[in-house]
Amino acid sequence: MGNYAIETVGLNFNFGNQAIVKDLSLQVPKGSIYGFLGPNGAGKTTTIKILLNLLKSPSDQVFIFGKEINNNRIAILKRVGALVEQPAIYGHLSGKENLINRCILLGIKKSKASEMLALVGLTDAADKKSAKYSLGMKQRLGIALALVSDPELLLLDEPTNGLDPNGIIEVRNLMIELAVKHHKTILVSSHLLAEIERTATHVGIINKGQLLFQGTIDELHQLSKPMLEIEVDDTEKAAALILESGYEITGQTDKKITIPFTSAQESATLNALLVQNGFKVSSLYQQRKDLENLFLDITKTN
Amino acid sequence: MRSLYISLVSEFYKSKKTLAFWAAILLPLIICGLITFGFYTSSEKILNFHYPPIVLWAQYSGAALNVMGLLVMPFYVIFMAFSVNNIEHKNDTWKTLFAQPLNKLSIYAAKYLYAVGLIFISLFLFASLTYGFGHLLQVLVPQYNFNQYNPLSILTNAYTKLFLSSLGILSLQFILSLVWADFLKPMGIGFVGTIMGIITANVGWKYAYLIPYCLPTLSLRVTKVKKGVNPMDFPVFTQEIWTSLIYALILFIVGYFIVSRKSIK
Repeated sequence: MGNYAIETVGLNFNFGNQAIVKDLSLQVPKGSIYGFLGPNGAGKTTTIKILLNLLKSPSDQVFIFGKEINNNRIAILKRVGALVEQPAIYGHLSGKENLINRCILLGIKKSKASEMLALVGLTDAADKKSAKYSLGMKQRLGIALALVSDPELLLLDEPTNGLDPNGIIEVRNLMIELAVKHHKTILVSSHLLAEIERTATHVGIINKGQLLFQGTIDELHQLSKPMLEIEVDDTEKAAALILESGYEITGQTDKKITIPFTSAQESATLNALLVQNGFKVSSLYQQRKDLENLFLDITKTN
Repeated sequence: MRSLYISLVSEFYKSKKTLAFWAAILLPLIICGLITFGFYTSSEKILNFHYPPIVLWAQYSGAALNVMGLLVMPFYVIFMAFSVNNIEHKNDTWKTLFAQPLNKLSIYAAKYLYAVGLIFISLFLFASLTYGFGHLLQVLVPQYNFNQYNPLSILTNAYTKLFLSSLGILSLQFILSLVWADFLKPMGIGFVGTIMGIITANVGWKYAYLIPYCLPTLSLRVTKVKKGVNPMDFPVFTQEIWTSLIYALILFIVGYFIVSRKSIK
């Protein structure tokens, strides 16, 4: 238990009769960037709210830094910063005032507010009413609010929502910097795998309240079976020949044929076979199923 | 205690740019200002009545007190209870507020105390401005005899009663505004309650004092009756006040249980 920043043990949560989270056992190692993935409505936000004790979990199912959450709410919240759904911002206050208000609540120096604004690039808009911020600016202010207490654990619920490509890259780099340089643990939720793929060290995939996969990003990669893609001139006839020779075809378009990859040797034999039968093979390469498709597969079968 | 204090400071910080905060200052300023203006411009007419100083003060302060006690006070309290909670509903900030390392009782109590504080400030200003503007009138219209009677104890007494009798409404409305994010439900219930309060208070129903919305009206009525007898000597803690305080206490506790079980969806 000591090595996990977050651990849930068979967590169940219902809204009335509707089960939102079922037997969820998250294990988020300290210092990791944990990508919490799932389609919309999978239970990601509910889980994050449970981790913040905004929703009451059954006792002895949620542990943050090894401590049971219901009995250690304040001690745990002191070490956690969060951005949940749309950033919660007082629209009638400026960005800076929002941060100062948070500093008051946390009992920390107000000078931290300007520091945070600089960190998320909002210094120029510090005194603008935050209701007039763009979605991306609000999101960045939300991240600044989550970071102001210098928490060890950050819970970010779709932090790049509404950001432009530059903003997305900035948030991505910020997360990496926080984890690598400042040894923070970050749980970041998203419905886009591509976004998580570049930052996360660990991944959990949730659908309909159930955890379908949990492990390192490499383990996720290994799940995807490599394919052999063959670009050939007459795919119809070539496909017939390949089938005749006892291979299995998993995909075929008018330009290429996809078969499961077994070994380099096997690929060479197949190439020779095609060439000997007068086909023009323009390319033959090993292709890993990309994670996006893998993600879709995992969530579809559930 | 510290978390209650910082929650209170934060409540002030959040609301200092909102109408709710300024209403506490502007409402007494405007009402007292208008009454004073009336007494200044129609001074000749009023002087013709040759009121004794105590009656002059009664007429002058009663102008504000009657409006307040009957109608403005309940609605003002309803508005305060609404706006202190609405700042979180509107911005969807309950979730961050309760994700702070502060105990829930402090967050809730700070909001409640802040609303109580705003009402106190407002009524304190009413009393002070009535007193101050009365003496200002004396300077502007020397024929008045405001300076021949000291209304301080009556004013203090009346406004203290108004303040205490409004706490029952505040606690009830506070819960309604806490539970419902929209304006119409607490406002509608408050409106119906106030009308009901005025009617039952006026027909003199025996159990009217059990309705929180009646209490400001009732508490001032007692003040008026006793004033004829001995203005210095009417009690603050009458039945209405006790009822109000009991309501306030019970509903405050009920509100806390609602908050502590509140799940933020």
